[in-house]
Amino acid sequence: MPKHDTPMLDQLESGPWPSFVTDIKRQAEKKPECWDILGQLELSYKDRVTHWKHGGIVGVFGYGGGIVGRYSDVPKQFPGVAHFHTVRLAQPSGKYYSTKHLRAIMDLWEKYGSGMTNMHGSTGDLVLLGTTTPNLEPLFYDLTHDIGQDLGGSGSNLRTPACCLGKSRCEWACYDTQATCNGLTQHYQDEIHRPAFPYKFKFKFSGCPNDCVAAIARSDFALIGTWKDDIRINQAEVQAYINGTTPPNGGAHAGRDWGKFSIKKEVIDLCPTECMWMEGDELKIDNSNCNRCMHCLNVMPKALRPGTQQGASVLVGAKAPILDGAQFATLIIPFIDVNPDNDFEEVIEVIESIWDWWMEVGKNRERVGETMQRIGLPTFLSVMNIDAIPQHVKEPRSNPYVFWKEEEVEGGFERDVVEFRKRHAQ
Amino acid sequence: MGYDPENPMVDRITDLGPPHYEGMFPPVIKENFGKWLYHEIIQPGVLVHVSETGAECYTVRVASARLISIELIREMCDIADTHCEGSLRFTTRNNVEFMVDSKAKVQPLLDDLASRGGKFPIGGTGASISNPVHTQGWVHCHTPATDASGVVKAVMDELFDYFTSMKLPAQLRVALACCLNMCGAVHASDIAILGVHRKPPMVDHDAISGLCELPLAISACPLGAVKPMKATNSKGEEVKSVTVNADRCMFCGNCYTMCPAMPLADPDGDGIAILVGGKISNARTVPAFSKLVIPFLPNTPPRWPETVDAIKQIVEAYAKGARKYERVADWCARIGWEKFFEVTGIPFTNKSVDDYRLAYDTWRTTTQFKFTSHIK
Repeated sequence: MPKHDTPMLDQLESGPWPSFVTDIKRQAEKKPECWDILGQLELSYKDRVTHWKHGGIVGVFGYGGGIVGRYSDVPKQFPGVAHFHTVRLAQPSGKYYSTKHLRAIMDLWEKYGSGMTNMHGSTGDLVLLGTTTPNLEPLFYDLTHDIGQDLGGSGSNLRTPACCLGKSRCEWACYDTQATCNGLTQHYQDEIHRPAFPYKFKFKFSGCPNDCVAAIARSDFALIGTWKDDIRINQAEVQAYINGTTPPNGGAHAGRDWGKFSIKKEVIDLCPTECMWMEGDELKIDNSNCNRCMHCLNVMPKALRPGTQQGASVLVGAKAPILDGAQFATLIIPFIDVNPDNDFEEVIEVIESIWDWWMEVGKNRERVGETMQRIGLPTFLSVMNIDAIPQHVKEPRSNPYVFWKEEEVEGGFERDVVEFRKRHAQ
Repeated sequence: MGYDPENPMVDRITDLGPPHYEGMFPPVIKENFGKWLYHEIIQPGVLVHVSETGAECYTVRVASARLISIELIREMCDIADTHCEGSLRFTTRNNVEFMVDSKAKVQPLLDDLASRGGKFPIGGTGASISNPVHTQGWVHCHTPATDASGVVKAVMDELFDYFTSMKLPAQLRVALACCLNMCGAVHASDIAILGVHRKPPMVDHDAISGLCELPLAISACPLGAVKPMKATNSKGEEVKSVTVNADRCMFCGNCYTMCPAMPLADPDGDGIAILVGGKISNARTVPAFSKLVIPFLPNTPPRWPETVDAIKQIVEAYAKGARKYERVADWCARIGWEKFFEVTGIPFTNKSVDDYRLAYDTWRTTTQFKFTSHIK
């Protein structure tokens, strides 16, 4: 039986989209504290403000991250959610789950938690929503001992890395995003669980410039797959698209009559670098002018494939707007080998060069992208020991205020004003 | 032997990391890892990936509310055990994907999903609106300016047809973040729903000296609106506290994040801003930030009709006006933002004219413009 009247939330049980209210009610039959989630949320709907207190530091011994404290500001009315901490679990790369593993987590969460989850949090973790302080250590013990599952990250540390599904089910992945994500997650367990940074630091791994995991917008360190050589063309399959045998864009536009496919209109004319043309029945690409935007591959996945010299671009410094406005990640290294055989040595070297610098000069609560803005990209490139190239900018600067260093200017900065005055009266 | 509270460090295991992904794969994924040749969407929500070995993987994608119960996840596991050899996955947009290795297994899976009373709507592929990424809102967060799950439910009930079909000009990504911290990363979405505060923080002089480090609260403000001052608490004692210069406050809430004695949530002050034209993908045009087109809509639970209407207006105008493959960002760039406001019927206000840092980059410094109804 419902413990609270929830007339407003009940209105969210109608309509075709899956209803979280119906789902919480279903869970409440087994976990009565779920009635208090609904009760408190209904109160928020009435008061139009949240009823969660600010913060609260909780965790398990030896970890600085992975659990976020949460307390109700109306615990007497809703004792079931008086403490209601979040537990972040490290998700398997690509978010595949065996039902055996998933069921084991669900059983533990029935035993120690509210029975509600987020699948998944925005950083990628599997989020268990709502437990009490005394349950944290027993939950952690069972998680690690019984199902070999660890917590993720929270606070000013390396957040749980995330990746697209990569080579497991995508034809475009230019490196193994899952192996890289898992490898680096294991390599940096200490940095994930024990805060040592000025602020949070996120890795995201996307297999191609379509960037399904939003690495360029959300991660301090983004590794986005790309290739160096020529797009592979299957001319027979190009004809199948032209003839209408194969639907463009994998059939993504099937819900509307857009007319007959036109390779000129839909591929060649939409190429941002205008590097494609037809010669008779053959599609030609001037690959030296291709910027690998992915449009032609997206439209004709059966006919076009990425080249075979594959790797990734490194982009650094993305963040959401607080404090200084949103930033996309900046291209730092156009191409890097991503090699599981040497335990991602090249990638790790870059990450640690960034950390060495940021941990030295970054201010408290300053994301690396903000540090880069404050100190300047030229300085960042020089501390990274990277020569500036045109690929680092959209356009050269339009102001002439260059910060020359003394050693760069002939004769240095020291001059004799007395000598100067002998020739130039004041 | 389980956890022993008397000896918490005995047998302790730490730093295991996540379980290895390979053990989570369905057999067809494991066997064809790195061998995929191409894919097609055979109907809304159903993909086939074809391997160079000739193997096929059929994927059925379904919506989820993201805030989901262990009972529902167990039901997903039942489905995966019956049809998918005990594996399933979640997408970066919180859809659930069930995979089978032959076409013959697709229909029984679809029938099973359909038989479960609307819990698993199928769609979110191709030129559709995929599952909205969103945050916690009032259900579990301490800084939100709006709810999350409820707003998304109301919006997606209205736009449901665009999830289950593929009739838009391109994919359309909706995301919601319930405050400016933007855990939902709405800053690069086709349509972004953003919870905003509009009243400066109050200062709780009774609590501030015990709860907050004042220098941190002061330095948290990007605009220098928070200054130290002496105040008198409710017991008449003089305490060290802060004052807020309301004229300089942009309501970002960063001071509250650093100092719980500076709350700013308010039933009338808080609500929703709408931003449009962001994208992540590098296809054709470069990644773009979402732009603020509606500065404020009120919080009107349980169904936020103003927000739902505004989003519907934008989606319908885009569906009508954009060309095949054109993302919202590309459509706005082609027609010009002045036309965007005209065709969507959204009133333009000076709140959409940037006055923050680097604002000048967004002001028009050309005589190239279109005559729209805005010019009287």
